[in-house]
Amino acid sequence: MRGRPNLYTSYEADGAIFPTATQKVTFWLGVAGMVALPFLGLSRVWLILLATTFVAAIGAIGLNLVTGYAGQISLGHAFFLGVGCYTGAALSGDPGGSVIGMGLDMLIWLPAAGLVAALAGVIVAPVALRLKGLYLALVTLGLVFLGEHIFRNWESLTGGGGVGRKPPVLSLLGWRFDQPGAIAGIEVSKEQQIYLLTFILLLILGFAAKNLARSKVGRAFAAIRDRDIAADVMGVNLTWYKVVAFAVSSFYAGVAGSLYFATTGFVEPASFNLLLSILFIAMVVIGGASSIAGSIMGAAFVTLLPQIIDSTSDFLPLIGDGSAGVLSPAQFERILFGLLIVIFLIFEPLGLYGIWIRVRNYWKAWPFSY
Amino acid sequence: MAVVDPLLVVDDVRLAFAGIVALDGVSFTVGNGELFAIIGPNGAGKTSIFNCLNGVYRPQRGSITLAGTELIGMSPHRIAEVGVARTFQNIELFENLTVLENLQLGRHLAVGYGTGAAMVWKGKAQREEVEHRRRVEEIIDFLEIEPFRKQLVGMLPYGVQKRVELGRALAMDPKLLLLDEPAAGMNLEETEDIARFILDIKEELDVAMILVEHDMGLVMDIADRVMVLDFGVKIADGTPDEVQRNPDVIKAYLGETLEAGS
Ligand SMILES: Nc1ncnc2c1ncn2[C@@H]1O[C@H](COP(=O)(O)OP(=O)(O)OP(=O)(O)O)[C@@H](O)[C@H]1O
Ligand SMILES: [Mg+2]
Repeated sequence: MRGRPNLYTSYEADGAIFPTATQKVTFWLGVAGMVALPFLGLSRVWLILLATTFVAAIGAIGLNLVTGYAGQISLGHAFFLGVGCYTGAALSGDPGGSVIGMGLDMLIWLPAAGLVAALAGVIVAPVALRLKGLYLALVTLGLVFLGEHIFRNWESLTGGGGVGRKPPVLSLLGWRFDQPGAIAGIEVSKEQQIYLLTFILLLILGFAAKNLARSKVGRAFAAIRDRDIAADVMGVNLTWYKVVAFAVSSFYAGVAGSLYFATTGFVEPASFNLLLSILFIAMVVIGGASSIAGSIMGAAFVTLLPQIIDSTSDFLPLIGDGSAGVLSPAQFERILFGLLIVIFLIFEPLGLYGIWIRVRNYWKAWPFSY
Repeated sequence: MAVVDPLLVVDDVRLAFAGIVALDGVSFTVGNGELFAIIGPNGAGKTSIFNCLNGVYRPQRGSITLAGTELIGMSPHRIAEVGVARTFQNIELFENLTVLENLQLGRHLAVGYGTGAAMVWKGKAQREEVEHRRRVEEIIDFLEIEPFRKQLVGMLPYGVQKRVELGRALAMDPKLLLLDEPAAGMNLEETEDIARFILDIKEELDVAMILVEHDMGLVMDIADRVMVLDFGVKIADGTPDEVQRNPDVIKAYLGETLEAGS
């Protein structure tokens, strides 16, 4: 054993997320780096942008579970994000205000946002028992339109179009993440705290999803995706696992929806539209279907790229607002993501994660390129 | 558990698709630990019997009982729970999973933990995964597929895929194992390997098997009893010797060779 740290010595280690000590150490060093990052002079804007990325990653992991792992194509992710978003806001909000509010702690509203969305997922899941592929995609698309309609018209919940309501309050057992404070004597700003909070939540939910993926449940998902009749014959209860896939996926969406609101401070009932669903599909496809790490990479790519385009649009030809360009940055982003989805589906179905694995294996073998 | 004999009773099963009668009043029994073979020309209804046995098709008439439990009307995953496992004529592996994961999926029903425990992992889920991994590794050893353990099954040669599928069915620890043309498309050596595996399974595990196979030599060598099916109708059933001497069987098979020859 000594001197050969890469040798697997037990089935336990063989099935581990980080089978070797080197991988484990590298990962946790990376985490330490991410925790230190907000204290290295990042601007407020960038801190919130990164926090938004973490939240998007939680949502993307959710979509990847149902679509990448279990193979159930869902265009309804925006709907579940919306359900979570407004559940969180309503449970947290001011009891005396013009919109529904219960004044509850984050300890309650955050899990509840996930659970209510999960419940919505459970109600929708039976559709997936009857429909597959494109038909399922179409029905879940209907869900988005239904959701948009409800969110727009249920003004006592959402505040209505163009008006909106206040986001849920990031207050956990009296600790305010949304106000400057001090952790162990170190001054922390609101943005630094939100960054850390969302990062830790991503870490927890990411590990939970990874565990699910390597378990009996993850294998059942993959079996249903690859060959559902054979899965049934091997003893996989298709109904149950499709319900579980939609429930867990929607739970992640619900948590992400409420955190997104709390992080950015503003959403509109119309935000939960088809475009949002497609952005999440882009995260999964670009990052890598059935990969948790890929979901995170995809979320980072899709969330951060517009920012980079925005800040460089002055230098890019044909792109700019108003008379400055043929395409506005927003239009350009849509076209770009559409193109990227197609390109990745055709040329790199394993997504950014697949590219990363290839690069890593290349360097592992270097200089012996066999 | 009480030993019910015979283990499987198929009684007067009729299965029809719009216009085609695939099975017409088929009856037979399979005893505990017995190796029962079904032969017959293409389209005779052999695979259809398997599909009825594990709930993929629902016969219009008749009864199928395993150790006294009626199977008709049960969903495939419930029938798997009762103890029926199978391999498929056209390989039906989960191609994006590794050999190991395919076999682990075979243990799906044996693994007890739920979704919540899976997400936490530490404790119950981890313990059970390790425990069931042992059983899976035994099967991997038995079928001599160690070198392919971590490879995606979609990439493997046909002969190896056939073995993996057998392994996945074995991982279910079934009472009744259905093998749909396990030696199809294999050369002599590979066929002998499969025959050896089937005989070892019969010897070492307490499992009844139904073998559907076109390779007459293989069937007559290893089966305890043989049933002959033609156009959905049973035309004979008995020991390999009896069946080979049966005039109806000779006619059905000669008929086929003549047609094939003309
Ligand atoms: N799902 C189905 N729909 C319509 N007809 C079917 C279906 N499944 C089987 N059949 C028909 O039932 C008959 C029996 O088919 P089956 O697959 O059971 O034959 P088999 O004995 O397994 O043949 P082979 O040796 O070619 O595998 C055939 O005429 C076939 O066309
Ligand atoms: Mg057949």
